[in-house]
Amino acid sequence: MDLRTEYMGLQLRSPLVVSACGPLSEDIGNIRKMEDAGAGAVVLYSLFEEQLRLETQELHHHLEAGTESFPEALTYFPEPANFNLGPEEYLNHIAKAKAVVKMPVIASLNGSTVGGWTEFAKKIQQAGADALELNIYYIPTSLKLTGAEVEQTYLDIVAAVKSAITIPVAVKISPFFSNMANMAKRLDEAGADALVLFNRFYQPDIDLEELEVQPSILLSTPQALRLPMRWIAILHGRIEADLAATSGIHTARDVLKMLMAGATVTELCSVLLARGIDHLQYIERGMTEWLSEHWYESVSQLQGSLSQMKCPDPSAFERAQYMRAITSYRPA
Amino acid sequence: MNKREFITMDGNEAVGYIAYRLSEVIAIYPITPSSPMGEWADQWAAERVPNRWGTIPSVMEMQSEGGAAGAVHGALQTGALTTTFTASQGLLLMIPNMYKIAGELTPTVFHITARTLATHALSIFGDHSDVMACRQCGWAMLASANVQEAHDFALIAQAATLESRVPFLHFFDGFRTSHEVAKIEVLADDVLRAMVDDDLVLAHRARGLTPDHPVLRGTAQNPDVFFQAREACNPFYTACPDIAQKAMDKFAKLTGRQYRLFDYHGVPDAERVIVIMASGADPVHETVDYLNRRGAKVGVLKVRLYRPFDVCRFVAALPATVKSIAVLDRTKEPGSIGEPLYQDAITALAEAGRKLIVVGGRYGLSSKEFTPAMVKGVFDSLTVASPKNHFTIGINDDVSHTSLPYDPDFSTESDRVVRAVFYGLGADGTVGANKNSIKIIGENTENYAQGYFVYDSKKSGSMTVSHLRFGPEMIRSTYLVSKANFVACHQPVFLERYDMLADIVPGGTFLLNTPYSTEEVWAHLPRRMQHQIVDKKLKFYVIDAVRVAKDCGMGGRINTVMQTCFFAISGVLPREQAVEEIKKSIKKTYGKKGDEIVQMNLRAVDHTLSHMHEVPVAAGRAGGFEVPPAVAPEAPEFVRETLGEILAGRGDLVSVSKLPCDGTFPTNTARWEKRNIALEIPVWDAAVCIQCGKCAMVCPHAVIRAKVYEADVLQDAPATFKSVEARDRDWKPLGLKFTIQVAPEDCTGCALCVDVCPAKNKSEPRLKAINMAAQPPLREAEHANWEFFLNIPELDRRKIKVGSIPQQQLQQPLFEFSGACAGCGETPYVKLVSQLFGDRMIVANATGCSSIYGGNLPTTPWAVNADGRGPAWCNSLFEDNAEFGLGFRLSIDKQAQFAQELVKKFAPQVGDQLVQAILTAEQKDEAGIYDQRAHVAALKAKLAGVKTAEARQLLSLADMLVRKSVWIMGGDGWAYDIGFGGLDHVLASGRDVNVLVLDTEVYSNTGGQMSKSTPRGAVAKFAAGGKPVGKKDLGLIAMTYGHVYVASVAMGARDEHTLRAFLEAESYDGPSLIIAYSHCIAHGINMTTGMHDQKAAVNSGQWLLYRYDPRRTAQGENPMQLDSRTPKSPVQEYLMMENRFKMLTKSQPEQAKLLFKMAQEDAQTRFALYEYLAGRKLKSDAAAAGEKKNETVTVQTA
Repeated sequence: MDLRTEYMGLQLRSPLVVSACGPLSEDIGNIRKMEDAGAGAVVLYSLFEEQLRLETQELHHHLEAGTESFPEALTYFPEPANFNLGPEEYLNHIAKAKAVVKMPVIASLNGSTVGGWTEFAKKIQQAGADALELNIYYIPTSLKLTGAEVEQTYLDIVAAVKSAITIPVAVKISPFFSNMANMAKRLDEAGADALVLFNRFYQPDIDLEELEVQPSILLSTPQALRLPMRWIAILHGRIEADLAATSGIHTARDVLKMLMAGATVTELCSVLLARGIDHLQYIERGMTEWLSEHWYESVSQLQGSLSQMKCPDPSAFERAQYMRAITSYRPA
Repeated sequence: MNKREFITMDGNEAVGYIAYRLSEVIAIYPITPSSPMGEWADQWAAERVPNRWGTIPSVMEMQSEGGAAGAVHGALQTGALTTTFTASQGLLLMIPNMYKIAGELTPTVFHITARTLATHALSIFGDHSDVMACRQCGWAMLASANVQEAHDFALIAQAATLESRVPFLHFFDGFRTSHEVAKIEVLADDVLRAMVDDDLVLAHRARGLTPDHPVLRGTAQNPDVFFQAREACNPFYTACPDIAQKAMDKFAKLTGRQYRLFDYHGVPDAERVIVIMASGADPVHETVDYLNRRGAKVGVLKVRLYRPFDVCRFVAALPATVKSIAVLDRTKEPGSIGEPLYQDAITALAEAGRKLIVVGGRYGLSSKEFTPAMVKGVFDSLTVASPKNHFTIGINDDVSHTSLPYDPDFSTESDRVVRAVFYGLGADGTVGANKNSIKIIGENTENYAQGYFVYDSKKSGSMTVSHLRFGPEMIRSTYLVSKANFVACHQPVFLERYDMLADIVPGGTFLLNTPYSTEEVWAHLPRRMQHQIVDKKLKFYVIDAVRVAKDCGMGGRINTVMQTCFFAISGVLPREQAVEEIKKSIKKTYGKKGDEIVQMNLRAVDHTLSHMHEVPVAAGRAGGFEVPPAVAPEAPEFVRETLGEILAGRGDLVSVSKLPCDGTFPTNTARWEKRNIALEIPVWDAAVCIQCGKCAMVCPHAVIRAKVYEADVLQDAPATFKSVEARDRDWKPLGLKFTIQVAPEDCTGCALCVDVCPAKNKSEPRLKAINMAAQPPLREAEHANWEFFLNIPELDRRKIKVGSIPQQQLQQPLFEFSGACAGCGETPYVKLVSQLFGDRMIVANATGCSSIYGGNLPTTPWAVNADGRGPAWCNSLFEDNAEFGLGFRLSIDKQAQFAQELVKKFAPQVGDQLVQAILTAEQKDEAGIYDQRAHVAALKAKLAGVKTAEARQLLSLADMLVRKSVWIMGGDGWAYDIGFGGLDHVLASGRDVNVLVLDTEVYSNTGGQMSKSTPRGAVAKFAAGGKPVGKKDLGLIAMTYGHVYVASVAMGARDEHTLRAFLEAESYDGPSLIIAYSHCIAHGINMTTGMHDQKAAVNSGQWLLYRYDPRRTAQGENPMQLDSRTPKSPVQEYLMMENRFKMLTKSQPEQAKLLFKMAQEDAQTRFALYEYLAGRKLKSDAAAAGEKKNETVTVQTA
């Protein structure tokens, strides 16, 4: 079975991509394991804007705090000639990953403002990354900020990164725009080589005992795949950028559905965290079996086959279909 | 001659630069003010800077100066070019080796920042008492007067020692020269090569010990030959002055700077001459020029080579016309005929047969200012026929009447020199910015530049005053700026404290950082200042630097903003050029810390200029306020007249009679120093409070306190005083009231109390039972509340269950409002001891942070209770603290024993019952102590009428019958390093002392040098690559004795464990050692959450909680109790919370990985060991007698 796919110009042996998943891709051994298990590419764990920005401020603060105020202790630390700022470790990690696997290695930058941190994309390219996934994780809370301003921030970030590097850039976004389709189009025009749909915002939880709001990570559930699937289907064939599906993809059937909706690749995370990297093999086997059973020869045959443009009932992805779904529902 | 290179640097760097390049081995121990020389050497070695022969010197931090001297001696004996840097007591510890080094004719140079020796008090500042204590060691002594000379003489000394084989002590004045930043001509490498003869280096090496050519040194000699052998070195000393002069002459040919052993400056026909050495020579030089230009006939003889003293050159250097000389010494030798230089001058003149009027005087002890006005006072005194001898200058000695009069308004300040004074807060970066400005001006213009910085002895809210001079000629003004052209006040709070414009010149410029606009600001100035601005026609500028800095993301660091203002309005450089240079300098300074930091500072520069405004002075004198007195009028007389004057910045004017003759000061004085340094203070929410006492317990400054009291006390309470029903089950049935009160003017605003408060407001959980709020609006009302609170009677200590924190925290702290850092991790422990045992404790305090915040004038945090009882405190030295404290114990025990013996004798007079009550009193708890005090009072009453000698003896000893608690306190530098030998002996003695080690795991007071307590992987000075070896386990070592109570505590991890350990330690009748984890500013942490760091250290197993109580052995139990639970988080999680570890991941990531992994292994291994020790089934002989079945294991640990 020919599982090959082309994502942002990169040749992948399979549409199964490991998404930016901290615990998995921090270890070079795991990355090798991903390739062995059949991954088409890996998106490395994200380097956060806050890491780039705040860590330097924190270091600066602690090196300066308390200095030049007491006569016996004008400083408290030796000052090295150089600091490896802008996590050098991440760059080394890219280089190491590139050295051990043949599949494309996609770096990931996560941020929400326009600033000096986007310059780091250059270093990522120099370190050998095949592409960059730009995760724009933005939760506007200002009552004064307009939707147009929020959208412009996204476009500015993409433009800033695109102007800094020549490797392909995938943009990972959330679905929370007034008109997702329009936003996708504008990101496409701003130079995004792919759109990764969708970012899952980790929703905070409340700790009843401590009376605190706490960050809490929930792994995705299979139900989560419906939202990206709808929008991939709607956008497929209407923008130039490739589409990558993420969220809730747990089985071979999920992968096939996403590909049919129009995804070039599917990014997996939760299922691998829960079941291990080797589970990729199981998914791949499931895909191959289904494709064989249904007389497909390659995944390219089914990519986009059930997109809104090609499916038998385009309205199924729109509001009218919602009305039908509700009216056909009867409580048990 | 090479192209001349001028760089701005301070004296320490200037000397270190040469010493490093001319050494192969450098062994040091940190001591103020010499520490930076060693730190520079360590940094250069880390940066792999080679010495003049192309190899990187080996730099070693030792455990004491004695150790450093030993290592230096050894390195010299084996042929390496070796040096060290030290001062003061450190130099004294080197003396035994110095005799040896000189006796063996070993070439070396020790570079000394001359510093005051501790006598009636310690002082970190400069004078010659330390170097003068070495003049008998057989070392050459070479004195430098300023930064350039210190740089030059470091080389000249090295050249001369190699040729003469006489070791050289090169000294320059601590702080005045060591910390002055000046523009100097840096010596090129080829000058170093030309000056230091390789043949002499090889000769030194050839004399080194080696088994290839074995010799023996260090013999013991007998009366038959010792004397002769001692005289055999004479020719070397005879030759030494000529060799030194030859080196100076050679140096002059290479650099153009000619020095002489005795440098005369003045008119050739001078009649009056001052003889002086080191930095005091420069103001004399300046004054001589000034006076001679006005027709005087005066001169200065600068003594460069003080030992060996060249009589011929000295006498020849004095013009033939001289009639009288004043010899000035920067030291005091009580009981002598005169101070050393004076005596040498007299002897030299007598030997040469020259008759002059010679007087001697003292000046400048402990960096006391020495100004042209004082110089003129000395010259004036020489005009009379019989000038005053053995005088002092610069003080008002109204006791022995030694002081010379002088006109303080006399000034030689030149119109060609720009003089600027900046008043900054320690934390705002003012000093750093000024050092930067000096660099910009010094290195980008033809101007010479000088900066000297006056620091506070407080570690929180401290003030810095920067004194800057810029001018076309070399600046010899080694005294503070007196007639400033420019004054900047970086903190508005100083307006009510200091008279900053008293000395500004008419037409000068005043820059104020203030939140007020040009229209509003007048109303917020002291009236005195308003007059000064108008009368002196000052140009007055304001800027809201805090806002600009905040807008640019710089937080409280207003340095770049204020620096930009200075350049914009001072006119030192054209404005545009200045801005460009500041920006260049920002890129250079912050470049390595990343673009984010650079951009932030560049933004600040750009924003500053549009936010600075000139205030129209003609606007009038509306509003304003009167400056309040430094201390409240109700303060005791001594506090008002002496300490208050120091607080007001007028300490220089305090006369001799106002000061104690023996260094004895009253305690209980910090309460009079209202510093008002907190921008925000805690506010108590009584409705939310659960009365747990944790806030009071962690408060480093004892400003948040709890009291339980009778309801009727509230009758006169101020309107805003808060009070609720006491919740504790012991107080509630009695209807008692409870209050948490904050001292608004003493709080430092650290917010540690808020961080540990466990009670959350249920409707708004972001709020707790204590919340921070702006101080100014609360100040007045809370001041009244605090005063009222203080007057509420303390609860009877006998009613308090000391094992329960909510109750124990009702005990009055007898350690309050110290000058420690905001959020200090040490002081909560010190305060806890003072609460528990303060009314009967005596403290031996090792030198370090705790001795500075505990005993640095003007005030002391050690306090007294309503009965007038409280801790008695003394600091002896750094190295001897355990022995010092043991001395207390021996003395107290002896006196108590003698008293008991006498009590028995007086049974007929005082009655058997009282005698028995006194002799059998258990004194195990507060009730027991109270009872014994009552017995002693009864005894005294009965003895009052007995007039025998023995009765008088017993009366003077009777208080010793009440149990005294001896506490030996200090940091890890003392306990693990310099004082370890003594501590070990004291623990071994078995005597009842309590040792509290405030373990910050680094030399905090001297700026973060590695100690043997520093954990593996921590970055510290002398461990730039992370400490490669693990922390010494002091507790385990102490346990090996078996009879020592040992506890390891961390208040932030488990406060009740800390409390229990303190109680157990004190109650143990033998030596106790408490090792207390103390978070510290030197860890690079957020001090507000320091207690979280403690918790994380314990949770990860990096720090263990345990108690080893020998009393348990007697009960058949294992003395070791491991109170830490199995580590539940990785060590790295804790390490990454602290910059001391985290910065290694930025500077040396691979090393960080390796060391952090080893740190994890250390923690696991150590936990396993302690678990094993605590898990062993142990039995004492006593218990074994009753139960013989079980196997007996000895108590001793591995």
